[in-house]
Amino acid sequence: MSIASKILDFFTRKSKVVEGGGEKAIQKQQAMGKMTARERIESLLDPDSFQEMDLFVEHNCTDFNMDKKQLNADGVVTGTGTIYGGFPVAIYAQDFTVAGGSLGLAHARKITKLMDHAVKFGMPIIGINDSGGARIQEGVNSLAGYGEIFYRNTRASGVVPQISVILGPCAGGAVYSPALTDFTFVVDKISKMFITGPEVIKSVLGEEISMEDLGGARVHTEVTGNAHFFAESEIECFEQIKKLLSYIPWNNRKTADAIKPREPKITYDITKVIPSDPRKPYDVRNVIKSISDDSDFFEIQDGWAKNVVIGFARFDGATVGIVANQPMHLAGVLDVDSSDKAARFIRYCNAFNIPLLTLVDLPGYLPGADQEHAGVIRHGAKILYAYSEATVPKVTLILRKAYGGGYIAMCSRHLGADFVYAWPTAEIAVMGSEGAANIIFRREIMASSDPEKTRQEKIKEYTDKFSNPYVAASAGHVDAVINPEDTRKSIIHALMVSKNKEEVTVKRKHGIAPF
Amino acid sequence: MEKINIDFTNYETELSEKFKNRKNFEPHNPKMISSIIPGTIIDVFVKPGVNVREGDKLLILEAMKMQNLVVSPVRGKVKDVRIKQGQMVPKNHLLIEIE
Repeated sequence: MSIASKILDFFTRKSKVVEGGGEKAIQKQQAMGKMTARERIESLLDPDSFQEMDLFVEHNCTDFNMDKKQLNADGVVTGTGTIYGGFPVAIYAQDFTVAGGSLGLAHARKITKLMDHAVKFGMPIIGINDSGGARIQEGVNSLAGYGEIFYRNTRASGVVPQISVILGPCAGGAVYSPALTDFTFVVDKISKMFITGPEVIKSVLGEEISMEDLGGARVHTEVTGNAHFFAESEIECFEQIKKLLSYIPWNNRKTADAIKPREPKITYDITKVIPSDPRKPYDVRNVIKSISDDSDFFEIQDGWAKNVVIGFARFDGATVGIVANQPMHLAGVLDVDSSDKAARFIRYCNAFNIPLLTLVDLPGYLPGADQEHAGVIRHGAKILYAYSEATVPKVTLILRKAYGGGYIAMCSRHLGADFVYAWPTAEIAVMGSEGAANIIFRREIMASSDPEKTRQEKIKEYTDKFSNPYVAASAGHVDAVINPEDTRKSIIHALMVSKNKEEVTVKRKHGIAPF
Repeated sequence: MEKINIDFTNYETELSEKFKNRKNFEPHNPKMISSIIPGTIIDVFVKPGVNVREGDKLLILEAMKMQNLVVSPVRGKVKDVRIKQGQMVPKNHLLIEIE
């Protein structure tokens, strides 16, 4: 064979494999409003940057006539490329047109090889999931494949960023890979995630539920908290991924790249966001936008556990992870879900060297038998654990209420905050004045000839004494009471001086986090 | 705007569906026997009016391919049987009432 004919043979072989599942299957994929695996990679990465690997990998299953079936690329496209204008990433996309994107051992080994590359080279790994599940013909070998992926997801956790994109079904054991990664992206009407599908649920339990209601994109962004970002289309989803990557470092040995600093937009006036009455609500995101660079705030999990707000912003060009109570929703209380949400984000920021800014305004933990029975003790403990464990610079600003256990949990000095600021509107106390007066002065109020009058007097007495930042400041629990207008300046200063923070910790394998 | 009361103070705020739909705690009543798992009633051993002792067989509930024998947790008289053989029941469905 001449060199020319060998090259021609190569092109023939290659063009056959990149067809995936063939024209009919591709039409079916498009009819569902979905791109093909290769189209997805091309539209997410920089143009012409993708280099595919393992194109010619084939399975070696012989049971159930599988030896007669050639599955192109074994149903998954893997390789490396660049994103966001030249940053290297490892990426894989399951190809639903090839045997429903089912996962066999060869398919899994293509993914694990790529994951090993990503860890060695210190680059993010993006996994696009679109698969019917395990390739049943391969039996336990397909389960082995999943297990090898989960193992690497866990080992790579906190080393390189791991992003899961659900662009089709992701069912059964397969869901545990996204659950083990850092961020999960879903798209309306396309993403479906569940452990057991509607058919099994119906046959075993007699419950009828549609795939969408069971594990659609909205369910995972609003009910379960499994997904972090919701998009209306695949293109919108890819823009979100690129935006996320602009805030985070490429691996845990680096810090996120800073960009040119910008002042907040003048439309956000910090002096006008907060009502002075501690019982009145406001949107804490407006506080963030009035102090962050360019008034930009990239919110994560904005549809779930809305009583706490998490996300990235920049100060003086550098990325900061923000955790803030949201008085507009459930008065900003901490509960089971919001504790989980905040704690996981705090640990993410700590793993990837992103400083933490905590904005505090909460009346405490949510009371109720349902919360207690749902384990608010162990869930709430996660926040304490995550903040105490974090060694990145920790800056706390108390805006208004910081009551009781909530005060301690929200990155107080006692959990190792490096800087604790408070506005003059801050109220740092065991509880609100009304509750405190009712308890401390119960006898006097009951014995009074005019109990309501006495009660109001006692509430005022407590308010005058404790509903301010100065008791905490006199003990040094608060470092500085600041004018709200100086907030941005103070935060930038704190981040600047703590930039090279080093904390010596006792050697251990790992702590026993209250998972 | 809605309100939530924390430590005797009413805060104006929006409430989540989960919070609005939360169920008030109900103490467990051993005389109201409910399904602890969804499944199918395979067999019923008692009728209304029958006296039962603690440990007497009441019914078999098949769930997740396992046949679960449900026995009476108390002594008493069967007041009502709310299910029949072959019926599929969801979780927490009242099966038998004892008085």
